[in-house]
Amino acid sequence: MKTRVVRVTDWTSPVPPVYREVRAATPEAPEGKPPLLFVPGFGHGAWVFAEHWLEHAASRAFPAHAVSLRGHGGSGPAPKATLRAYAHDVVQVAASLPRQAVLVGHGAGALVVAHALARYPARAGVLVAPVFGGWGTLGAALRRNPVGTLPAVFGGALRLNHRQLFSRELPDAAARDYASRLGRASSRAQWQLLRHRAPEPAVGNPPLLVLGSPDDRVVPPAALTRAAGRYGAAPLLFPGMGHDMMLDARWREPIDAILDWLDKDL
Amino acid sequence: MSTFSDQESHESSATLWRDGRPVYDRGGTVCVIGAGASGLTAIKNLKEYGFGADCYERETGVGGAWNWRHDRSPVYASTHLISSKPLTEYPDFPMPDNWPDYPHHSQLLSYLEQYADHFDLRPHIWFGTEVVRVEPADGDRWDVTTRSTGGYGAERTSRYAAVVVANGHNWSPKLPAYEGLDEFRGQVIHASAYKDATQLRGKRVLVVGAGNTGCDIAVEAGQQAARCWHSTRRGYWYAPKYAFGRPADQVGDAAGAYRLPLRVRQWMFHQMLKLTVGDLTRFGLPRPDHKVFETHPIVNSHLVHSIGHGSITPVPDVARFRRNSVTLVDGQEVEPDLVVLATGYLPRFEFLAPEVLGIDTSGRPALYLNAFPRRHPTLAVAGLLQPDSGLFPIVHWQTVAIARWLRLRENAPDRARAFTARVDAEAGTRWHSAKVKESTRHWFEIGHIDYLRALQRTLDELEVPA
Repeated sequence: MKTRVVRVTDWTSPVPPVYREVRAATPEAPEGKPPLLFVPGFGHGAWVFAEHWLEHAASRAFPAHAVSLRGHGGSGPAPKATLRAYAHDVVQVAASLPRQAVLVGHGAGALVVAHALARYPARAGVLVAPVFGGWGTLGAALRRNPVGTLPAVFGGALRLNHRQLFSRELPDAAARDYASRLGRASSRAQWQLLRHRAPEPAVGNPPLLVLGSPDDRVVPPAALTRAAGRYGAAPLLFPGMGHDMMLDARWREPIDAILDWLDKDL
Repeated sequence: MSTFSDQESHESSATLWRDGRPVYDRGGTVCVIGAGASGLTAIKNLKEYGFGADCYERETGVGGAWNWRHDRSPVYASTHLISSKPLTEYPDFPMPDNWPDYPHHSQLLSYLEQYADHFDLRPHIWFGTEVVRVEPADGDRWDVTTRSTGGYGAERTSRYAAVVVANGHNWSPKLPAYEGLDEFRGQVIHASAYKDATQLRGKRVLVVGAGNTGCDIAVEAGQQAARCWHSTRRGYWYAPKYAFGRPADQVGDAAGAYRLPLRVRQWMFHQMLKLTVGDLTRFGLPRPDHKVFETHPIVNSHLVHSIGHGSITPVPDVARFRRNSVTLVDGQEVEPDLVVLATGYLPRFEFLAPEVLGIDTSGRPALYLNAFPRRHPTLAVAGLLQPDSGLFPIVHWQTVAIARWLRLRENAPDRARAFTARVDAEAGTRWHSAKVKESTRHWFEIGHIDYLRALQRTLDELEVPA
């Protein structure tokens, strides 16, 4: 697929503005490393990165930011938001940073990042446990959690439970607490997860990294391999971890892998 | 700013000579002339395609025309965009959501400064340096001679692999020669010397020209001056900034995208104007002698309103100047204290020999897509366009095409030959479906959708093999 330059939808129906929550952690001594922008998946807000990853990235001299997509976390309400609106949120925040940013998307946030990469020449892209949607993803979710998934098919909220999201290493209380703080994406965006146009190619040819877990109960291993294959790479694997890698007990391993890759490749 | 070590590497590489003067070899680096909106996006896109870039900027800041501190900036205090944000921003660097539909020129400058910082472009720019000469050298390379702006210091010549000319086209005033202008006792200024409304206060003002600048100044004179006459050559279509509660260009593009025939689109636009602006002859304005899209769009909601208030008196073209008055073509005499000539600007490339760009006697270069000259594959012009939308998205894709072209020339010479043949055949083609009225700038008027569709084909054709 080619980059389109006649973009009538972008010109004639701009995405409406909304208040966006951005959480940030800045390094004490800036070393000129590129800023990171973390993009949470559906139902998740910027807080999931504020738990561990933002501070950890800042401690390794990366200015770290996380945005809540509209309708999520502390951002303004957006019951009719589309994938385009979510990608717009990411590009707006990225363009407001002082330097070219690295976009890190988790879950369905990785799909949002893939769309954002077509509208913003990121320094690099990182897709963590990417949910690129399609009927296979729905099948897997229905098998694991029929009660939480079925309403979403009819426009209700997608409710992920803590057993889908976390490994057993995370204490049960913490897992239930995290799961209870999840919100929901708009029905339209949930639908678009099943059927959406493939993202346009990334502009500016950024390096891409895909990582995930073979034991993720949201992203089946085949889907992870397929998502990584889109970018001509094999995924970096973290066996034993659940889908929400930034909250799971061993959260430090994937973020260190990302930061090591950035230190080496940029 | 360029660092000292950069300069040293410059010094150490003088192994070439031209006319007895040393030439510093900059290897595969591309030279960009000008750090305005076109030059900045040229540097960014060349960088993205792996080129080194040296940019020469005669002023001490980025932003070109949009930087009001610059000598040659045409902006005045009240300048606002005339195309709305989504049709004006770079397609990969949106303006902030909390900006208005039509931002102010100071916001445009901060946008360009943020763009330069975000993509780290400033280390590539030599500020306060003007380009004196650009001459072809062996092997399709270019010798670029520069000196400090204002002519201080010695000249220095560097050899580049390619040159992108992005020197803008809204800085060299076009002054029509009127009979009797010398004997006129009042003050005559070009719109480029108009900075804010204090220059008009209490005076009797004649504004000549119905471009967007002329209309803006006439409206301000209508509010501030003792008297305002607005002289226009013909009747025009005055598009409002908003139609049906939405920016009018967005409404227009929603229809423009359907590949409807030009006549249908003109009919629709006429209907929209009839509904939103109404019959202009009621206001004493001449009926337009052309259809919409046949002149550069004028977007001004205030002008007709001010005529309705009686604060602007529309008058026909100027016939001649006299000692104390100005005679109009209908025989009417007006007695202004101040005449503002909003008669536009002319593109100028004084550092290039005219034959390099194929410039004809009327000053018009022969370029393919307004960018690529014949016979000089490593020279390109960026931003020489008068679109019916914002310029930045178009010049962005234009410079992507330039970067792809320079890459393709290196990587796939056989595919490059096909493109060269097309440049030869189609240089000088105009990219506007309507028949644009003759004027000194009509040849670089483009319809943004027509032009971008052509550019899309070129971008696909020039796609660099991975």
